[in-house]
Amino acid sequence: MPPRTQSPRTQRVPQRPGDRIFSGAATGAGVLILAVLAGVAAFLLVEAWPSLIAPAEDVPGGRGVIVYIWPLLFGTLISAVFALLIATPLAVAIALFVNYYAPRRVAQALGYLIDLLAAVPSIIYGLWGLNQLAPLTVEPTRWLADNLGFIPFFAGPASATGRTMLVAVIVLAVMILPIITAVVREAFRQTPRLHEEASLALGATRWEMIRMAALPFGRSSIIGASMLGLGRALGETMAVAIVLSVSGGITFNLIASANPSTIAANIALQFPESTGIAVNTLIASGLVLFAVTLLVNMAARAVINRRKEFSGAN
Amino acid sequence: MPPTTSHSPQPDLYEPISGPSLTAGQLPRGAAPLTLTVVVLAALGLWLSGWNPAACAVLGALTYTAVIYVWSRVVEGSRKATDRLVTAVVTCAFLLALLPLISVMVTVLSKGLVRFDAEFFTNSMRGVTGEGGGVYHAIIGTLIITGFAALISVPVGMLTAIYLVEYGRGKLARAITFFVDVMTGIPSIVAGLFAFALFALFFGPGVRMGIMGSIALSVLMIPVVVRSTEEMLKLVPNELREAAYALAVPKWRTILKVVLPTALAGIATGVTLAIARVMGETAPLLIAVGITSGDNFNPFDGRMATLSVFSYYQYVNPGFPPQPALDRAWAAALVLIIIVMLLNLVARLISRLFAPKTRG
Repeated sequence: MPPRTQSPRTQRVPQRPGDRIFSGAATGAGVLILAVLAGVAAFLLVEAWPSLIAPAEDVPGGRGVIVYIWPLLFGTLISAVFALLIATPLAVAIALFVNYYAPRRVAQALGYLIDLLAAVPSIIYGLWGLNQLAPLTVEPTRWLADNLGFIPFFAGPASATGRTMLVAVIVLAVMILPIITAVVREAFRQTPRLHEEASLALGATRWEMIRMAALPFGRSSIIGASMLGLGRALGETMAVAIVLSVSGGITFNLIASANPSTIAANIALQFPESTGIAVNTLIASGLVLFAVTLLVNMAARAVINRRKEFSGAN
Repeated sequence: MPPTTSHSPQPDLYEPISGPSLTAGQLPRGAAPLTLTVVVLAALGLWLSGWNPAACAVLGALTYTAVIYVWSRVVEGSRKATDRLVTAVVTCAFLLALLPLISVMVTVLSKGLVRFDAEFFTNSMRGVTGEGGGVYHAIIGTLIITGFAALISVPVGMLTAIYLVEYGRGKLARAITFFVDVMTGIPSIVAGLFAFALFALFFGPGVRMGIMGSIALSVLMIPVVVRSTEEMLKLVPNELREAAYALAVPKWRTILKVVLPTALAGIATGVTLAIARVMGETAPLLIAVGITSGDNFNPFDGRMATLSVFSYYQYVNPGFPPQPALDRAWAAALVLIIIVMLLNLVARLISRLFAPKTRG
């Protein structure tokens, strides 16, 4: 490009057409993403609308859309919350192990092994849960029902096939484990090195260093990460659809053969054979799921982002 | 300094600094490995004498933790004992997390290899009811649908990342960053329902097309591409951009010729990982694409077969006799997991081999 000596130095940078097209395309792509997210909500609402205004007896189950969705929402919440209760402590422990306890040389490879858990497709977790895990739980759940039956979760009678809420919860926990671990590891990696070394220099043991330097620093990340995991567990479909033997109804009993289904699993099981108003009802339940996961994810991101701004790292 | 442990001929001279040995109050150096070896041997013994292997492992872990804690507490005091306890617990948690991974791999391999023959890879399911049949149509279907999803997501995702890093300021950029993060958490089945709702408005409620699956997958894929590309673009040093501007290179050419090539390896890694992630999705394809038994390689016309949905239907509707269908389900799952793992491997290789040389 020849130098344009005649232009005065104070003139603003010329806006070339290439610049305008390129920045326009980039901005357009960003706006498109917002539009897609709005579109997801809008199209689901449009397709769900007929079921919301339909007379109660036309909706599957015959008692209106709320009565249809509520037990599913209950099953979704209970499976996700229990999965979270199992996965969060494990994920924090794994993140601690990889970051602080594992030998330096193999730590990276070990972290990669945990990431591999996230690469396994969910259908395979479903097949695995049904084939390997479910039979393994039959004996222990029978023992639980006999000895700890006074706790509502283990009221029994224990399922003979193992296709219980407990197995679904364990499979979900395995699936969300790598997601939580990744975020928590990232937080621990950003712990100020000087804080760690200062506490070690003052004579703290490794655990005291973790408790006083790493955990306070990573606390909001752990909360945010577990909420991300919750969001993932709420929406997980195929593994639950394959593993769980469903009968509807609301129960806290984790080990019986009659379990509440989850919204996502119910959609996957019912959708291919549904027509008319049943499809609209399923989409309405999908809209509820979308709203719940959106709220959980927004809360999680808000918690994680707050730490970025007010952490002691800067 | 004189040795504090040996007694000297003049005790009064060294008395003030002679005391307990420096290593007193510590477990001997090999204490932890020694205890571990003993416990492992004991657990192996129990296993060989007919115990349940899982029970042996749990019992061994508990015994080791208890022994090392009590021993350390007696000799070293409560602080170090707690430290050793946490070390044992954290290590056990890690090993526990590896169990499902190993179990999944072993199960899929052992059950999937039964039907890993030439017929499986060259035939479709047209007219097959019992034994035989294959996944040729499903492999091609998965590749086509994922390919179209990548074709939609990669430009949109990369342009958005460029906007966020190079152009975006103020409210719009913050909103996009936040909602891209939120979008990563959209349940896959909701993405499927979205594609269905979108197309049902135009084509009526019975519509199933490959491209619907691609759109559902790209809803899941775009945020992953945006995030990884954004991270990589942020790593490009500002000096490179400033050098280009100083040479009067327009901004768009700077981005295309300087920024993107520098970050290309990282972006390629991110895109490959994103493809690997959506390739294994089942739920959106179940809703939007359905399944067919014959070859259909046109994503704009009717149902297509995909590996994950194929595996699901073979498993839940095996027909009679069930065993051939179950074998096909596991073999399809194995093919799927091999493709996904290969993509993961390729992604790591790209980032290892084509990373820009920052030093030297």
